[in-house]
Amino acid sequence: MAEQRIPPSGSEAIGRIPPSGSEAVGRIPVAKTYKLFIGGTFPRSESGRSYAATRRNGDFLANAAQASRKDVRDAVVAARKAQPGWAAATAYNRGQVLYRVAEMMELRRPQFVGEVAAADGLDIETAVHVVDETVDRWVWYAGWADKIAQVAGSSNPVAGPYFNFTVPEPTGVVAVIAPQDSSLLGLVSVIAPAIVSGNAVVVVAAQERPLAAITLAEALATSDVPGGVVNILTGVTAELAPVLAAHMDVNAIDLAGAPGEMVPALERSAADNVKRVVRPDGTDWAASPTPDRMLALVEAKTVWHPVGI
Amino acid sequence: MNEWTYEPAPESRDIVTLRSSYGLFVNGEFVDGTGGAFKTVNPATEEVLAEVTQAGTEDVERAVVAARHAFDEVWGPMPGKERAKYLYRIARLIQERSRELAVLETMDNGKPIRESRDVDVPLVAAHFFHYAGWADKLEWAGYGPAPRPLGVAGQIIPWNFPLLMAAWKLAPALAAGNTCVLKPAETTPLSALLLADILQQADLPPGVVNIVTGAGETGRALVAHPGVDKLAFTGSTEVGKEIMRAVAGRRVKLTLELGGKAANVIFDDAPIDQAVEGVVNGIFFNQGHVCCAGSRLLVQESVADAVTERLKRRLQSLRLGDPLDKNTDIGAINSAEQLAKITELAKSGAGEGAAQWQPECALPERGYWFPPTVFTGVSQSHRIAREEIFGPVLSVLTFRTPDEAVEKANNTPYGLSAGVWTDKGSRILWMAQRLRAGVVWANTFNRFDPASPFGGYKESGFGREGGRHGLEPYLAAAGAAEVTGG
Repeated sequence: MAEQRIPPSGSEAIGRIPPSGSEAVGRIPVAKTYKLFIGGTFPRSESGRSYAATRRNGDFLANAAQASRKDVRDAVVAARKAQPGWAAATAYNRGQVLYRVAEMMELRRPQFVGEVAAADGLDIETAVHVVDETVDRWVWYAGWADKIAQVAGSSNPVAGPYFNFTVPEPTGVVAVIAPQDSSLLGLVSVIAPAIVSGNAVVVVAAQERPLAAITLAEALATSDVPGGVVNILTGVTAELAPVLAAHMDVNAIDLAGAPGEMVPALERSAADNVKRVVRPDGTDWAASPTPDRMLALVEAKTVWHPVGI
Repeated sequence: MNEWTYEPAPESRDIVTLRSSYGLFVNGEFVDGTGGAFKTVNPATEEVLAEVTQAGTEDVERAVVAARHAFDEVWGPMPGKERAKYLYRIARLIQERSRELAVLETMDNGKPIRESRDVDVPLVAAHFFHYAGWADKLEWAGYGPAPRPLGVAGQIIPWNFPLLMAAWKLAPALAAGNTCVLKPAETTPLSALLLADILQQADLPPGVVNIVTGAGETGRALVAHPGVDKLAFTGSTEVGKEIMRAVAGRRVKLTLELGGKAANVIFDDAPIDQAVEGVVNGIFFNQGHVCCAGSRLLVQESVADAVTERLKRRLQSLRLGDPLDKNTDIGAINSAEQLAKITELAKSGAGEGAAQWQPECALPERGYWFPPTVFTGVSQSHRIAREEIFGPVLSVLTFRTPDEAVEKANNTPYGLSAGVWTDKGSRILWMAQRLRAGVVWANTFNRFDPASPFGGYKESGFGREGGRHGLEPYLAAAGAAEVTGG
């Protein structure tokens, strides 16, 4: 039973199975190093910086890499490189790859529960529920891969000898400022809708709750998602978000977790190359999602194909 | 070669009754404004057609208040099936007065009567007719079970298709239950004001559509107005970015239809004569004042000489002159300012080393004119291959392989439209999948239909106009993530 693998509340370790018997007493756990996730690999920040991620009460959990503007640029390059191939994969294939991610997440539930409980300040029972929701949400989005085109596309009855149809296509490289208040469920609720249609993302994880994002990266790295489709940076949102908003090779930006006072400036920067902007709107991450976020990050392409003999 | 001559065949302008001056259309009637007046001229003759009111900030305020009142009291609560009947009425009235609209459009804009009569105005009527039928079917449009209108829509439109752009903006907005404040372009305000007359004939409730004429200042006042819930803009990418910055951080839904630098790609198996016709239509339609114009011709190397030779031969038979003449193919450039811009960019083409070619073509003495122009030997770094010229200037580049064609076609910050010419259906779809553009025409170009969504990728803007997709910019789905585009 999955629940049996979940650490009891009060465990001092995050996401590690606690000592289970007397023979384990005295064993020192192997702590994890949390790094960035860029182009399918786990580098430290090129800046050499890190910062302390803590429980809600301030207790030290682990150090997270503090990404720099150069890390942002590297991540955008990786995303741009990966995006066309990901978009060109068949929808069925993308659906299976994303479902595979859910399988990998399922295996890491104990680890996620520990991290979510610690970062979001939840009791274990609630954290279990949040993690279950997260995995289920990923499955929900995975299933959209081969359905978006039918829901968002159309064939259009034009007055002339043309077969005219509209299909949704990924916007390209999407920057995502992950929600600050939901370290895993919120994060998945902004990553999955972006990549399911064939976009590649550069994500800035919740500044003060970054650890679950890197564990998610480990699930992604061990699934079949091509390197570079999802890139995850941890660090200071106010430092990284402006770089992404102004980046000329980013096509869209989801400001879900952007601090309110930064939003106008980020939107102004986004205008430099007419980025699509998803504004923060107080979404309740626990509520059932709608297709809106997914549909905000696709472009409608209309083709006029001649009809004749 | 025999010289063919044509007798003049001008369309009569008697059908149009011009007033010497026009007020603003606010709350169902023409009213005086506070911002002074400006003249609108016939670009083919430089004749002043009328004085038009420059809407000031207070006038914009009045229009927004009227629109808000109409939204709250009349148009918002009205059942969709009743809104639909108003829109059907408007479509019919446009058909009834189509010749008058076409002649006026040609006089104020400079486009050939053949185009305003056969393309612009029929599409205007069709657009209202199409969206009329949506007004009572919104819950089936795929934007949630209970889609709501946004409220007051501020709409700013360009001078290249003055009436058609008004229809593209008004029809979906009204069908969805919004009320409108429309700002026509300063050089082409007259057809929108004639449309106001039609709206009066249709007995559209006061305040549902308000029309504020003026230049950039009027547009800025509308963009800045806190009472506007939705902004839709068609025009240059530069101004589009300005509007994005102006609404940053505000709860305004925005859609933008901006510039383009479309590639028109001819493969070696294309029916060359048909392709040449398409290229001509792609760039010389409406004097090239088309955001989706096929301004970059990409020809497969093996047929490049044949294509350019036939293209030049075809251009020699184009007739440039009086836009009201029914035989005219190329009309006047819309304004002196636009003519200066085209002239400057064309000069840069020659300056940067491309070979310029123009047919023998006598330009009228008065008015604003630019002959059809073809540049060959253009490289991707040339300004004429990168910047939107918005005039009758074609840049010809070549490619060898389909991959190279895709690479070159997509090598632009724009992404509004693209064309593909080939005899092979599978190649059409292969290209269509790879071209980063909102509209892909295969073996045709510059074709529009109210059922066909239109809009750009990348710096060509976001949001779609036309068809089911064209409703989305004017609807709020319950519980929707708020996006500026999409």
